[in-house]
Amino acid sequence: MAQVILFNVTNGLIIGAFYVLMALGLSLILNLSNVINFAHGNFLALGGYLAYTLSPALGYWGALLVSPVLTALIGLLVERLMVRRIYNRDPVYSLLLTFGLAFVMQDVARYIWGPNGLPLGLPDLLAQPITPDLFFITWYRVFMVTIVIVSVLGLFAFLRYTRIGLRIRAGTFDLETVATLGINVRNLRTFNFAVGCMLAGLSGVLAAGQIGLNPNMGDDLLMPSFIAIIVGGVGSLIGTLFGGLLIGMAAALTTVVYPSASEAVIYAILMAVLLLRPRGLVGEEGMMS
Amino acid sequence: MTTAVVAGKTPDKAAEKAPGAAGAMAGRRILLLVAIWAALATAPVWLPLLGGYTALAGRVLVFGLAAMGLNMLLGFTGVLSFGHAAYFGLGAYGAGLTLRYLVHSTPLAMLAGTLLGGLAGTLFGLLIVRRRGVYFAMCTIAFGQLWYYLAYSWNSFTGGFDGLRDFHRAPIGWGALRLDIESNDTTFYFFLLAVFAAAVALMGFLLRSPFGRTLVAIRENERRSRFLGIPVEQHIWLSFSISCFFTALAGTLYALLNNFADPLALHYSLSGYFVVMTVIGGMRTFWGPLLGAAVFVVLQDYISSMTVNWMSFIGVIFILVVLFFPRGLLGTRRYAAK
Repeated sequence: MAQVILFNVTNGLIIGAFYVLMALGLSLILNLSNVINFAHGNFLALGGYLAYTLSPALGYWGALLVSPVLTALIGLLVERLMVRRIYNRDPVYSLLLTFGLAFVMQDVARYIWGPNGLPLGLPDLLAQPITPDLFFITWYRVFMVTIVIVSVLGLFAFLRYTRIGLRIRAGTFDLETVATLGINVRNLRTFNFAVGCMLAGLSGVLAAGQIGLNPNMGDDLLMPSFIAIIVGGVGSLIGTLFGGLLIGMAAALTTVVYPSASEAVIYAILMAVLLLRPRGLVGEEGMMS
Repeated sequence: MTTAVVAGKTPDKAAEKAPGAAGAMAGRRILLLVAIWAALATAPVWLPLLGGYTALAGRVLVFGLAAMGLNMLLGFTGVLSFGHAAYFGLGAYGAGLTLRYLVHSTPLAMLAGTLLGGLAGTLFGLLIVRRRGVYFAMCTIAFGQLWYYLAYSWNSFTGGFDGLRDFHRAPIGWGALRLDIESNDTTFYFFLLAVFAAAVALMGFLLRSPFGRTLVAIRENERRSRFLGIPVEQHIWLSFSISCFFTALAGTLYALLNNFADPLALHYSLSGYFVVMTVIGGMRTFWGPLLGAAVFVVLQDYISSMTVNWMSFIGVIFILVVLFFPRGLLGTRRYAAK
């Protein structure tokens, strides 16, 4: 029993880590640009597929570094060509745009890499279990969680200690004032969108090593990420972090008791938060209205 | 935003300044109405000649009604729901489950489905009525997916991913007045049209009433409406609930049309389709969503018969509409009429 619980706790930690990376990217874009990026799951898949294509040439480690950057570049192009045209319009247009984009990206991935699942090979070192007793904890799982922790810390440090990061945070708070102070808000939003896509691409590479690749691999992560953002509190990245971990853990622990309710418990948390604390667990008053 | 405001006010301004222009406007509106109803009433005649089939026209009516229901919220109240498929699908499942497990009666199935979807929307509306913009949309999406997962995983009751089968719409009426909507597709189409007409008449009545005008006032300027003493939250909640009832009614018709209800009727992609139908036709016009539904249904039918990659075509349509055609068909017409 202890093993079962431990197994599900590590599972929850890993699922939660994916939710966190995905939701942080979504949250960054949502906070600064007021755009819900429906295609975020497809940027995730794109990151994974790029790693699959690059790893024969660059090796796993090279692909791990390069493919999130490439994903960010593609995100940058998408923002420049399409998304930025609708910033000043009714939010319905940004939803429709990214929604259509998600359809196109999914079909393109299917066209290029085929509809069937593909595996992403891991270095031998990572594929080993840590000890024979805890056979389910491979080094890869430890590695994944470490990477997620490092990148989340890196993101928060970036937002706190660099000039661009401070501008992004200031823009989240009051974009008009930031623009008045002479900062190029258009470029700031483009850069921010690219950072969000980079996080998606990184989670894509990590997820590919764990669950393999398929064209709609991001779909299952998208909805929980939305919920993580709402539960944590829109406007707060720390909230998104906790929200993602919370629902990941809750879903995994429910699996121990009653597997078919693991999806339902996420929604139960969502309803409870909307009912009891509408601003979200860490959110500030007024951010959501 | 501002241009749409101008477009919305055009008839009144024209009426003040030039009675002749107002007359022309009214004439054009009557012409549009006659054209719409004539086209709908004769669809079983002309559609097969163009290579269509009657069920296609039925689908236009069903999705048109759902999109018009959504538009009451989206176009006339200015509140963005991206989760209306939930209420559509709940309507469909409500009707299907009633027919399968409870009674073999079409009107009761419609009543049950409409109540199920409408009441779910009414209750959920209470939770999110203070949210605005993308946050409101995000809550509606997330909540909508709850029902998708429920229908998907409650295999024994809902048929799971394969959908709910083994039910059939029942004939309505008694004796000489009995209408065979079960096997006769044309009769069923006219039944759909009658329900559609009744629902649309009610919707038109609501939108022309002081209540409907208040919704438009909230859309145009929420803060000013609040200062005027309008209970904004209450109106948005009512608008959301009523719009869910209409969409749920459309959902019940969908189940009757196909004798089938599937989880995809609850999926957020369908919510996206409803929104894009509304935008294609013209968000701030009454008939726009019906026109958008006709365009979308026919395109989808055509493209999916031509290629397996229909998803990217639909996606490209979404993107093109947003970038180059945001005002929609009827929107541009009204705008040009200025």
